[in-house]
Amino acid sequence: MIDLTWMAWTWPTAIFFVAIVLMLVGMGVWEWAVPGGTPRVGILNFETTRGDRLFVSLLGSAFICLGWLWGTELPLWYALIPCAAFFILVFRLV
Amino acid sequence: MDKTWNNRAWFLVLPVLVLVAFSAVIPLMTVVNYAFQDTFGNNQFFWYGTDWFKEMLTSDRFHDALVRNLLFSAIILAIEVPLGILVALSMPKKGVWVSVCLVLMALPLLIPWNVVGTIWQVFGRTDIGLLGYTLDAMGIDYNYVANPVDAWATVILMDVWHWTSLVVLLCYAGLVSIPDAYYQAAKIDGASRWAVFRYIQLPKMGRVLLIAVLLRFMDSFMIYTEPFVVTGGGPGNSTTFLSIDLVKLAIGQFNLGEAAAMSLIYFLIILALSWVFYTVMTNVGADRPVKEAAR
Repeated sequence: MIDLTWMAWTWPTAIFFVAIVLMLVGMGVWEWAVPGGTPRVGILNFETTRGDRLFVSLLGSAFICLGWLWGTELPLWYALIPCAAFFILVFRLV
Repeated sequence: MDKTWNNRAWFLVLPVLVLVAFSAVIPLMTVVNYAFQDTFGNNQFFWYGTDWFKEMLTSDRFHDALVRNLLFSAIILAIEVPLGILVALSMPKKGVWVSVCLVLMALPLLIPWNVVGTIWQVFGRTDIGLLGYTLDAMGIDYNYVANPVDAWATVILMDVWHWTSLVVLLCYAGLVSIPDAYYQAAKIDGASRWAVFRYIQLPKMGRVLLIAVLLRFMDSFMIYTEPFVVTGGGPGNSTTFLSIDLVKLAIGQFNLGEAAAMSLIYFLIILALSWVFYTVMTNVGADRPVKEAAR
C-alpha cells in the first residue's frame, strides 16, 4: 500500500476533491452527450463554452468563500447558497 | 462540411495529464490539505478548520505584502512598457545594426535571476559597487540596506534593467511586421510623427503589447529571487513581496498551515488575474461570430 500520510489527507478535503473530480467527469459525460461545448456570447460580451462557465463558477465560488470567511462569523457551509446561486447565474447568463 | 467529433483523441493528452498530476496537481492537493491543519513536525497533523484562512485574510502582514506587490507591478509596468516602446521605436529597421541591437537587447534576458540579483547587490554597494560608489561620491546618501526608498529604487531599477528588453523585443516584432504601405499612405497624407505612432504603430503593436503587459505583470507579481538576493525583503519588511513572505512563513517559521492558506489565496489571485488577462488578450479586437455547436 502506498504511504500517503505526507499528503495529510482529511475527510473534508477528500470530499472536496471528489466533488471536483465528479464535476469534471460530469462535464466529460455532458461533452460526450452534446459535443462542441455549446459556445455562446453572454452578458460579458465574449464567447464562452460550458467549460469556461464551469471554470468561472468555481473560481468565483472560491472568492465567495474567501469573502465569507473574511466578512462573516457564520459557518462556511452557508456560503454554499451564494455559491450555488453564482453557479446558476453563470451557467444561464455568461 | 461538418466537423468530425471524436472524443477518443482526448486519450492523447493522457501522458501530459500524468506529468501535470505529479508536478502540480498532487502538490496542490497537499497544500489544500495542509491549509486546514496544523503541525508540530514529525508528520503529525491536527484539524484546524478554516482558521488559517480567516487569520490570513485579516492579517496586516499579508495585506501589506499584497499592496507592496501590486505597487511594485504597477510601477514596473508604468516604466517598462513606455520605455520598451520608446526603445523599440528608436531601433533600426534595416542594416547591420539590427543584429547588434537585438543581441544587446537579448543579453539581460539570458542572465539567470539569482545572478542578476548578485550583480545588483554588488553594483549598489557603496564600497565596491559602481552605482553605490558613484552616488556616494556625488554626495547622495544612498544605502539600499538601510533605507527603504533606496531599496525600492534598486529593486525597481534592477527589474527595469532585466526585463525592459522583453517589452522592446515584443514591440519591435510588432513594428517590423507593419507593411511599408501604411507609412507611405501616412506620408502622402502629411501625417505627423505623433499621428503615425498613434494611428498606425500603436494599434499594430496592440496584440504584442498586451502579451508584454501580461508577461510582465504575472512575472512581477510572482517575483522572488532578485529582491530576495538583493535586499532579503528588507530593510524591515519594506521589500517583502508575497512570495518572499510566503517562503519566510513556510520555511523560516515552519508554519505550514498558515503558509498553505496563504499559498492558496495567492494562487487564486494569480489564477483570477491570469484568466482576466487571457480573456482580454483573446477577445479584444476579435470580431468573430459564435461557432455553432456541432451536433
